[in-house]
Amino acid sequence: MTLTANPAAAGATPTPPPVVLTVENLTVVYEVDHPVTAVKNVSLELARGEILGLAGESGCGKTTLAYAINRLHKPPARIVSGEVTFHDKADGDLNLLTLGQEQLRLFRWDKLSMVFQGAMNALNPVITVRAQLEDVLTTHRPDMKKAERRELAASVLQLVGVDRSRLTSYAHELSGGMRQRVMIAMALLLEPQVMIMDEPTTALDVVVQREILREIVRLRDELNFAVIFITHDLPLLLEISDRIAIMLAGEIVELDTATNIYRNPQHPYTKKLLGSFPSLTGERGSFIRSGVNNSSDLS
Amino acid sequence: MTNLTPTTEPSIGDAPDQLAAVADALGEKPRSALRAMLPTLTPWLVTGLSLIGAIALFGIIGPFFVQDPTVIRNIGLSAPSADHILGTTQTGQDVFAQLAYATRGSLEIGLLVGVLATILSAFFGILGAYIGGFTDEAFSLFSNVFLVIPGLPLVIVISGFVPPQQRGLWTIAVVLAITGWAASSRVLRAQTMSIRNRDYVSAARVSGERSFRVIAVEILPNLLPVLASQFVFAVIAAILAEAGLAFLGLGASNSSTLGTMLFYAQNGFALPLGAWWWFIPPGLIIALFGTGLSLVNFSIDEIINPRLKNARLYRKRRKVAMRQRSTPRSKITPRSNTKSRSAS
Amino acid sequence: MTSIEVTNLSKHFVLREGLKRNTLKAVDRVSFDLTPGRTVALVGESGSGKSTIARMLSRLEKPTSGRIKVTLDDGTQVGGSIYRRHVQMVFQDPFASLNPFHSIEHHIARPLVLHHRTKGRAQTHERVLQMLERVNLSPAADMAMRRPHELSGGQRQRVAIARALAPGAQVLIADEPVSMLDVSIRLEVLNLMARLQREDNLAVLYITHDLATARHFSDEILVMFRGRIVERGPADDVILDPQHPYTKLLALAAPDPEQAGKIIATETAFDHKSMDNQSTFNHYTRQWTNAAGEVLETV
Repeated sequence: MTLTANPAAAGATPTPPPVVLTVENLTVVYEVDHPVTAVKNVSLELARGEILGLAGESGCGKTTLAYAINRLHKPPARIVSGEVTFHDKADGDLNLLTLGQEQLRLFRWDKLSMVFQGAMNALNPVITVRAQLEDVLTTHRPDMKKAERRELAASVLQLVGVDRSRLTSYAHELSGGMRQRVMIAMALLLEPQVMIMDEPTTALDVVVQREILREIVRLRDELNFAVIFITHDLPLLLEISDRIAIMLAGEIVELDTATNIYRNPQHPYTKKLLGSFPSLTGERGSFIRSGVNNSSDLS
Repeated sequence: MTNLTPTTEPSIGDAPDQLAAVADALGEKPRSALRAMLPTLTPWLVTGLSLIGAIALFGIIGPFFVQDPTVIRNIGLSAPSADHILGTTQTGQDVFAQLAYATRGSLEIGLLVGVLATILSAFFGILGAYIGGFTDEAFSLFSNVFLVIPGLPLVIVISGFVPPQQRGLWTIAVVLAITGWAASSRVLRAQTMSIRNRDYVSAARVSGERSFRVIAVEILPNLLPVLASQFVFAVIAAILAEAGLAFLGLGASNSSTLGTMLFYAQNGFALPLGAWWWFIPPGLIIALFGTGLSLVNFSIDEIINPRLKNARLYRKRRKVAMRQRSTPRSKITPRSNTKSRSAS
Repeated sequence: MTSIEVTNLSKHFVLREGLKRNTLKAVDRVSFDLTPGRTVALVGESGSGKSTIARMLSRLEKPTSGRIKVTLDDGTQVGGSIYRRHVQMVFQDPFASLNPFHSIEHHIARPLVLHHRTKGRAQTHERVLQMLERVNLSPAADMAMRRPHELSGGQRQRVAIARALAPGAQVLIADEPVSMLDVSIRLEVLNLMARLQREDNLAVLYITHDLATARHFSDEILVMFRGRIVERGPADDVILDPQHPYTKLLALAAPDPEQAGKIIATETAFDHKSMDNQSTFNHYTRQWTNAAGEVLETV
């Protein structure tokens, strides 16, 4: 099995639907002492092959949203209402919230995969990288032969920029950046149509971060999967996203192309977020340096 | 490195800003530290406290209201009757009266050993972990040795070594304390080491606090739930160990405890003779008291690990939500908290 | 007014792997000065040694070699128990630096009492309220009664700042003070520190991995890499005209809102080898020096 490029170029197969994921009026509540609505009536559409940035600060609900979309949320979180529909490129629509357990298991990772926050610590410490990659394959592609599995694991690892020789390494023998790449490789193995990445580069050095981002964009260009990229780092999203959704207190307050968000922000919170990141080489933003307050003009 | 979060899944515990904002919005008054540390009154806790309370009450004031347990009568082994609620022993002594005094004896020993063992474990565990270095290694080795030595045999040996005349309540208590403090000290040591590395302890040192105050004022209060839990364990273990000792005839010679009652019941062939009123009540009291203490410990566990509390509340709410046919939003707090966000 | 002079500060850790012994030079011959009214930024990634320097300056760790000299205006040296009255620290994690068991009042009153800044309970209480007002925590009386978990991250960090200033500290070591705060609150807290610095003429060491805030907030920047200072100079010079390969790398790698829409996928890979250059560039003297302090080249 080789990794396919743009499926639309295949010719004989029907054109896959332009939207790959639809979320409609999703509401998620945390049932604790004083119940908290973490996600409030969120609706969004993810186009095929698009990088959608989901920006917001702690507690805005972005991670809860990501988990709820593929039903990974755990008590005390509960989906109260809403619909999540996955538009497969060939098999029609799937209602994710009503899938049975077995169907959900088959769906996960095959059509939609996820790179978690702190994913670097999600590698099993007692087995090799190769074993973990092949584990995914034995679970979801039971018909593959051993040699094919081995080759696929090696080629995907190479794809994310890790040398094949690292297949036999254990998790602790790899640096943080490499572990993150292995996690991304694992997420790519089954050629999903959607990848959800939750703060994948937050705990990494800024230099390594940039290298990983470069890989992600390059892979997206090559394999045409859609990405929901969740982070609080707005400048990062501005560089790599096609569209950006700004989340505040469980709601999406603004959703627009990256260029528009930067040049022409509408919502006051978006403006505030933008104004919180001083430009490295440009003018001083809303910083007080010598007693002069420039915060009145934030754009 | 921004926003380091070691967990890989979101949980309400990771959004303290949100909780603070919600509390703000509801206008909650700040509660004092101790008040906030108390467990919530669940059915488990109420049951546990009732059991402990009832038995403790029985042990404390029971002896004032019962007959003299040492009076020997001619009636011999007799079943419960109007005169003797729980019947009599083979020497005609009133079982109910004996039970009251025995409960008091067991409680005394339980409490004594609990306190002694906790003090010992606190000393070797907390102090060693805070000082670190050689002292920590030495204390740790010391407690590991005591941990490895089998408890009951050691108690039996020491007990047997001490002549019966000198085997009073205090001696037994000390023996039980010495053999029982080690496990608890390991737990306290681990907790202290975890707390010691926290920023607020470093901050206290940077502020200029002396070591003694750092331990007493910064570390100890955060150890209270664990200490309480260990104390409860120690009491349970002490009562059971003492019962075991007494049953073997190595118990305190001059006082009467539930264990000694069982010992005499065994010697008086209570089981073969079918005299259930002699051995079941003391056994039952031990079991019920242990159960009560364990239930209290479960509640303390919820304080030590707040996620247990959240899990319980979730189950409760889900039941309520399933029963309700109406909109599940009835209990949800409106989250228009943009104001409190920017005000921080 | 208090100044700190750090000369050739080093911290070595001995790592034992079985029978092998390795020395890890966490901090290697670092020298710098902190003077009243100036902010010096110490910039570096994780593992660069910057936190170790903070811990040594606040006397939580003992240096392996080198000297930390604290002097008053008139030249008298400060040492022993008085040290802590002059040098204080703000910790990185606002959720961990306050004891959950004690009230806010306790946190600020203790240093006041320990360093004899007030006499008697009434005066101490008054001063606590004053300090809370000073860091914009109002209403002070209400805040003083609260406990840490009832405050947001930004509020807690303000308490931490108030606590640091309570003993009358003249030198403030801020170890990544805003890294763990929400993005939109960071500027407020940094502005607060700037204001307090102006009002009290403090000497501030601002430790961070974020180049942008380092540039806007400080007068001088020291770039740290693997325990050594590789570049030092006025903030604008170091950022806009970086000389050392590592500094150039940091500047390139930082996400910049001004670069929105840049095609990240086609960037060339970083040259990691060039970062092994262990010499230091000083913008003030325009000289390259090696680890021992000898001048290699003047530019």
